[in-house]
Amino acid sequence: MKQGIKNIGRNKMFSLASIATMSACIFMFGLFFSIIINFQNIVKSAEEGVAITVLFDEGLEQSRIQEIGRLIKNRKEVSDIKYISGEEAWDDFKTKYFGESAELAEGFADNPLVNSDNYQVHMEDVEGQQALVEYVEGLEGVRKVNKSDTVAKTLSGANKLILYVSVAIIGILLAISIFLISNTVTMGISVRREEIAIMKYIGAKNSFVRMPFVIEGLLIGLVGATIPLTALFFLYEKAVSYILMKFQVLSNLLTFLPVTEVYKTLLPVGIALGLGIGFVGSFFTIRKHLKV
Amino acid sequence: MIEFKDVTKEYAKGIAALNGINLKIEQGEFVFIVGDSGSGKSTLIRLLMKELDPTSGTIIVNGMNLNRMKHRHVAKYRRHLGVVFQDFRLLKDRNIYENIAFAQRVIETPTRVLKQKVPAALSLVGLAQKYKAFPKELSGGEQQRVAIARAVVNEPAILLADEPTGNLDPTNSWEIMKLLEEANERGTTVVVVTHNHEIVAEMKKRVITMKKGVIISDEKEGE
Ligand SMILES: Nc1ncnc2c1ncn2[C@@H]1O[C@H](COP(=O)(O)OP(=O)(O)OP(=O)(O)O)[C@@H](O)[C@H]1O
Ligand SMILES: [Mg+2]
Repeated sequence: MKQGIKNIGRNKMFSLASIATMSACIFMFGLFFSIIINFQNIVKSAEEGVAITVLFDEGLEQSRIQEIGRLIKNRKEVSDIKYISGEEAWDDFKTKYFGESAELAEGFADNPLVNSDNYQVHMEDVEGQQALVEYVEGLEGVRKVNKSDTVAKTLSGANKLILYVSVAIIGILLAISIFLISNTVTMGISVRREEIAIMKYIGAKNSFVRMPFVIEGLLIGLVGATIPLTALFFLYEKAVSYILMKFQVLSNLLTFLPVTEVYKTLLPVGIALGLGIGFVGSFFTIRKHLKV
Repeated sequence: MIEFKDVTKEYAKGIAALNGINLKIEQGEFVFIVGDSGSGKSTLIRLLMKELDPTSGTIIVNGMNLNRMKHRHVAKYRRHLGVVFQDFRLLKDRNIYENIAFAQRVIETPTRVLKQKVPAALSLVGLAQKYKAFPKELSGGEQQRVAIARAVVNEPAILLADEPTGNLDPTNSWEIMKLLEEANERGTTVVVVTHNHEIVAEMKKRVITMKKGVIISDEKEGE
């Protein structure tokens, strides 16, 4: 343990370089992670609002309507289905568009939506919508299927793109981190080649020789994870309030997760990542260089 | 204790640094190995340390066949050996006490035991007062005495010394040889490679002479 700390002290430059790169990597990771998780949250809440409306042929008997309801409910992409009668639809419409001045609506003698009995169908996600719409349109007694999905669809597509790009960038950063730690350890080994040789002819086991280097790697990993995670923690709140201020129009769409929620996953994953990179970078390097 | 059976070592194909060496050293012996530069003395020591493997032949130490020894047992095997080199090989960034304690830590000696053994080894070589000094603050002779203290602190069965007095003046050389002799008197088998003919002649020990990878003479004690 002591030796691992001493090692870092001994080749400061390389250790600092490793810590810096590692910090950058984990910072990027944290950043992408925060973006992805928030984006997914936004997409999810957008998708939850996605519904299709199923309207029936005029004068369709109640039993057929119920059967259609059953058929739709049995589809696996459906999460929830609600029957709305023409009166309800009208009441809904009235409150929505006339609001306070409900008496304006009194101008309509009859319910103009009398034929608007319908099903509000909510789906698990927007992906399955096309198939569901086609299926429902093919059912006997269905007049029309309305869908409102553009926002959700765009978001969902962007979500995938962001995910792929992030995974790629994080992958590259990981490789760079491991490479740099491996370099630091290699430097440490060449600086301490003599000491290692002495250890070996005194009879040190490989694990004993390896230990300080692995501890060095782990420490670099730990420090390199703690710094960016701390920085990100404070930046997150700032960024969220900044974005909400800049894009006020979208504020009901942009539902950000609280930082504690994000860190519930990000903190352990980030630290594990740092330790993991540190371990892999040092353990395999020292193994390569210390063949007896 | 040590046995070489028809041992040949070639670094490059066809050029033998050691050529068909047969040699037996009993427990408790003190043996000098002398010979021209390039005659294969260091190679012999490195074979004993299992730093090298012979091209052919068998080496048996302490009843263990080195050829058949598995990699992971080499560390354990080396704990039976103490080694001293011409260039001391101390850890420059640690004081004398830590240098010797290091040897004990490597073999996982409990700290309680280590705290008694390290000072004991230091007084054995007459450096008890200088335990806080760093290698660069010591003379060559003193540094070599530290190296000997480090080699004996783990109480090895065999002490190997490759030109331990190569960098020292006659007085210091004598002191080092005396320390090796003392270790031998405590029961350690000692093998010393040296170019110092005066000391070899004076000490009246077994002398093995090598030339171009073969043993050309092997004179028993006092002959
Ligand atoms: N690592 C090596 N690779 C190739 N050849 C080597 C190597 N080490 C030693 N040799 C050769 O093996 C022969 C014996 O070398 P060795 O070091 O055993 O001699 P030595 O008796 O110890 O000499 P000296 O008295 O100068 O220390 C020499 O010819 C040397 O050039
Ligand atoms: Mg030599």
